[in-house]
Amino acid sequence: MNEQLRMTIIYGVLTIFGLTMIVPFIWMISTALMTQAEFNKHESTFIPKESYHEWNNGQEKQKVLFVTDKGDSSIIHLLDKEGKIITEYYPVPKNEVKLVKKTFSLHWDNFVKAFNKVPFALYFYNTLYVSFLSLIGVLITSMLAAYAFARMEFVGRDFFFYLFLSMMMVPEPIYLISSYVLLDKIHWLDTYQALIVPWCVNIFTIFLFRQHFKSLPQELFDAAAIDGCSTFGMLWRIMIPLSKPIIATASIFSLIGSWNSFMWPLVMTNRPELRVLQVGLSYFNQEASTQTTLLMAASTFSIVPILILFFFAQKQIIASYAKAGLKD
Amino acid sequence: MKPKWKVSPYLYILPAFVLLFAFRLIPIIMSFVISFFDWSIKGTGKFIGLMNYANMLKDEVFWQSITNTFWLVIIVVPASILFSLLFAVLLNQIKALKGLFRTVYFMPFVTSLVAVSIVWKIMFNEQTGLMNTMLGYIGVEPQKWLSEARGIFDIFFSGMGITLPKWLHGPSQALFAIIIMTVWKGLGYNTIIYLAGLQNISKVYYEAAEIDGASKLKQFFRITLPLVSPTTFYVLIMTTIVSFQAFAQIYLMTDKGGPLNTTKLIVYYIYEKGFDTLEMGYASAVALALFVLILGLTILQKRLEKHVNY
Repeated sequence: MNEQLRMTIIYGVLTIFGLTMIVPFIWMISTALMTQAEFNKHESTFIPKESYHEWNNGQEKQKVLFVTDKGDSSIIHLLDKEGKIITEYYPVPKNEVKLVKKTFSLHWDNFVKAFNKVPFALYFYNTLYVSFLSLIGVLITSMLAAYAFARMEFVGRDFFFYLFLSMMMVPEPIYLISSYVLLDKIHWLDTYQALIVPWCVNIFTIFLFRQHFKSLPQELFDAAAIDGCSTFGMLWRIMIPLSKPIIATASIFSLIGSWNSFMWPLVMTNRPELRVLQVGLSYFNQEASTQTTLLMAASTFSIVPILILFFFAQKQIIASYAKAGLKD
Repeated sequence: MKPKWKVSPYLYILPAFVLLFAFRLIPIIMSFVISFFDWSIKGTGKFIGLMNYANMLKDEVFWQSITNTFWLVIIVVPASILFSLLFAVLLNQIKALKGLFRTVYFMPFVTSLVAVSIVWKIMFNEQTGLMNTMLGYIGVEPQKWLSEARGIFDIFFSGMGITLPKWLHGPSQALFAIIIMTVWKGLGYNTIIYLAGLQNISKVYYEAAEIDGASKLKQFFRITLPLVSPTTFYVLIMTTIVSFQAFAQIYLMTDKGGPLNTTKLIVYYIYEKGFDTLEMGYASAVALALFVLILGLTILQKRLEKHVNY
């Protein structure tokens, strides 16, 4: 086959699939920018446009809801700024009402409305707080344990190693119920520590660090030992400075993991003040189920921080996932 | 260096060990224990032996949730492998815009399941959703999607005037909607893994095949597919395990696993039994059944890998 034709087909197929992959995001954003009436009337698919009736009484123009024409007058509902009906069946002269069609109108205020409708600021704060503290915890516990597994000899090392490994094989839903019972017994339900402490350890991250620590040359450690460096000093002064890419990888996994985690915080907390972003969003989904445009706006701003992180570090993130996958 | 008793190695693994012991090992063991009790949210209840398990085997909803989960896994896993391998093979042949395509494919994977579930729920809306709008463009009548309990094979064949026996009806269209969304969500990750696997295959093989005059298609089946098979097994096992755990989609996109329980997946059922009807002992028994299933399938796949691998 002709090389140029082959490439055209490949790019064509990749573009079609690529569009399929991002269409939900594009539609999410365009719906978030529509008015609810526009969405319900099913006027626009991707490009927010709007049509509404406007009453121009000589002094000011305002959006109204058109009911019907009756002789020389039009019957309308008057609306407030929020779009709620304030006066029903209001007759006005017919020539003062006209249909306005906008081909392109973006309602950015949906984002503000959604953000203020439920305390999303608090949810963001909770998520950041939980993600950040778990990240610190994961890095500390993983590096310490990985150091021992990678560069120390001790009785039971393999036993502990395989114990950790086998615990990684057990998926979260298996111990969800019993964790709830356990946290209940120690009075941790509905607390921040329930969201943080159990996730301050990540077995996979331990393996990631262990792999890396094992690959460091022995000479470094011999030289440091001669200079009188302590065991902990070696970790602090030699291994950590040499592990920046792994720390970045582990941090990315941990942050994306805790930002997106849902089932655990849903089950372990009940108080609205403790809702993390994903739980808050899921309650918003129940409360505002008919307000499609606001739901889309909330979905959009809830994924934006992760998308920003992703776009800035996409090479690193994709490479991390690929590498971690192949190591298994 | 000979192994000897020193205190310090244990101190280093202590923080990780304490956390894993308290928040993994103990809960895993507790799962077993709780499953033998008539455990509710109020307290321990009484020891009832294997009653929870016996009830489980008689529970129609349990079996339905197992069937639903199997449908999901059986469709999601091959579909995901097929598409991600295709994407990766195509991506591997281009230079310009490769990064852009990779980013686009990977995006659904990093975004939260909660947010995209909300988006897909709205996409599948019967009146206003994008799916029916798109179908309308190609002349297909609007589908009920998430509120359709009829099986997809039943819908398809009855449209052609063929009536299928009940066991051939397949997953409900509602579950099929969940399946589409689940494939979409995980595709990017598998593509990246495949891409990395493909880059590990030495160019020498292809050059030799080129000299022998083998077609691109033949090269794919004789070189690429066998040499990428370790990646395929990794993707197979990971996708299976992850698909078995699908939860957020059901929680957010469906009305408690409806219509008619056709989207009730096993993890959702565990959640419902544990936290809605508060039968925690029973929920633990179901959780252990799930664990046995996942473990069994993983072992089976590992066995298979030994036979097939190059």
